[in-house]
Amino acid sequence: MYVAVKGGERAIDNAHAWLAEERRGDTAIAALSIAQIREQLKLSVDRVMAEGSLYDPDLAALAIKQARGDLIEAIFLIRAYRTTLPRFGSSLPVETARMAVIRRISATYRDLPGGQVLGPTFDYTHRLLDFALAAEGLDVVEAPSANPEGLDNVPHVMGFLNRESLIEAPGAGDEVPPDLTRNPLQLPANRALRLQALARGDEGFLLSLAYSTQRGYGNTHAFVGELRIGQVTVEAELPELGFAIEIGEIELSECETVNQFGGSKSEPPQFTRGYGLVFGQSERKALSMSLVDRALRWKELGESHSPAPARDEEFVLSHCDNIQATGFLEHIKLPHYVDFQSELELVRRLRAAAITPSGKEE
Amino acid sequence: MNVASADNYNFAYLDEQTKRMLRRAILKALAVPGYQVPFAPREMPMPYGWGTGGVQVSAACLVPEDRLKVIDQGADDTTNAVSIRKFFQRVAGVATTETTTEATVIQTRHRIPETPLKEDQILVYQVPIPEPLRFLEPRETETRRMHALEEYGLMHVKLYEDIARHGEIATAYAWPVMAEGRYVMTPSPIPKFDNPKLSDCPAIQLFGAGREARIHALPPWTKVVSLDFEDHPFQASKADHACEICGSCESYLDEVITDDQGGRMFVCSDTDFCSTRSNAQQSGAA
Repeated sequence: MYVAVKGGERAIDNAHAWLAEERRGDTAIAALSIAQIREQLKLSVDRVMAEGSLYDPDLAALAIKQARGDLIEAIFLIRAYRTTLPRFGSSLPVETARMAVIRRISATYRDLPGGQVLGPTFDYTHRLLDFALAAEGLDVVEAPSANPEGLDNVPHVMGFLNRESLIEAPGAGDEVPPDLTRNPLQLPANRALRLQALARGDEGFLLSLAYSTQRGYGNTHAFVGELRIGQVTVEAELPELGFAIEIGEIELSECETVNQFGGSKSEPPQFTRGYGLVFGQSERKALSMSLVDRALRWKELGESHSPAPARDEEFVLSHCDNIQATGFLEHIKLPHYVDFQSELELVRRLRAAAITPSGKEE
Repeated sequence: MNVASADNYNFAYLDEQTKRMLRRAILKALAVPGYQVPFAPREMPMPYGWGTGGVQVSAACLVPEDRLKVIDQGADDTTNAVSIRKFFQRVAGVATTETTTEATVIQTRHRIPETPLKEDQILVYQVPIPEPLRFLEPRETETRRMHALEEYGLMHVKLYEDIARHGEIATAYAWPVMAEGRYVMTPSPIPKFDNPKLSDCPAIQLFGAGREARIHALPPWTKVVSLDFEDHPFQASKADHACEICGSCESYLDEVITDDQGGRMFVCSDTDFCSTRSNAQQSGAA
């Protein structure tokens, strides 16, 4: 009986075996391959890579398969794997102006150099279930393509505003950014560190925070200056060579917002910037990130203090990591007999003390 | 570099640079008892909140000759203790034990073993919230300042308000302590019954909080005082019963519900302490 309340090694092993069986599901149905997940659940793969902070579509697909489609669990698997990888250097900053864009839109200009490129977007689809997809074996009709050239040197929209000094100058950004994965988060954080935390932060959390700024909790009046998605090359300088070489390509979503700013005593009125950059095709996250980034910048822009969750650096940075959040939240499933026992005694003693003086019982 | 097992992980999972970083933080923490040293936690293959801080501290302390004991709620056979013990068996290949006196490193959650610790032992606590002032002041930037200035009035007001409202300090576990007369620290959520064992302990006590990225420590023989008032002195308390298995009146007890008629029994939370006692009784009787 005493043993029954304690866990056991065998119970754990059996639970894991059951989990493995459940993960596979009905064996009469073909198992998913990693390639199928990578190709057909790409946006899940992208989210796992972004929040897992590891760009590897195959590993992300494996994690999704192993996690039974639970994306936070998959992100956790990727993070735990990432931690064991040696770090042999840093890349040069990627040049998003030279991105080979598949999507590039601006909400601030009707037309502009480089054009509006919708790309593969859900935006104007009608959200009607497509029952044809339920029938397997249907071939996809090839989409028409126009002008595939010339989409790899599209100028940034912010550059047009910058030329007129209508928008704040971009930060120099030449100092080495701090590394959240190698140093503990120290507050107050600079913008590079904040962006780093947001880039691996939970999409849902950032979405809600960004939404809250739109509803008046720290409003920043954001326009999407530009949203672009595409491949960029990653370059690294190898000490042996003394110059930079291409080491690969990654897909990124980048969002720059244009925000109102009334000016201050020292600055004439000018637009301000919010920035979001995420692995893969993750535009909801990139948009959210840029709104939250802008909201967090209130102090350096000399805006007056008005408390809102999205403007509170310590609140946002301490709670945006979903692996930390889910771990701590779920740890309350662990046994707490000892603490609960001490609370039981305390409550019983306090109740006894409260009842006795009133004379109900001696 | 030691390669531990078939998994090809470095000895005790973490790479040597990470262990060096952790050891520096541990040494600093030992040099300033009760001070929370920031460190850069790594993602571990178990979730945050499930002992990642303790696991990293243990990994930094373990050497191949060590004998590891892992307890949760005082017991060696609780699910998470089993899981962490298996982890180190796999990635460090160290010997394990359930016997407190045989262990060189003990990782614990929520308890200090009943058997007094010795000089050559390290007790590693898993810590959820290392900041004793956190529930009074949620901001790290503020609490850091309060520690720097030794500004602990808020804590004393909280304890005073408890007495005003309930007639006693309404804290049953994680009772805050003063380490070596300087830093208010949390002993992690151990029942206040265990608090006296913190002080003048011959063993090294290390507290690891992974998610919160902090390590604090008590070097051997540190004076640790549970916060209280002269007219409301700290009192360690436990259920007013004896263990039904070994009969101990001195150990901390778990309450076990035995039926749905209100039946219950009390047994030692420290399984090693309990079984050692009952084995001795049986061999004494034989």
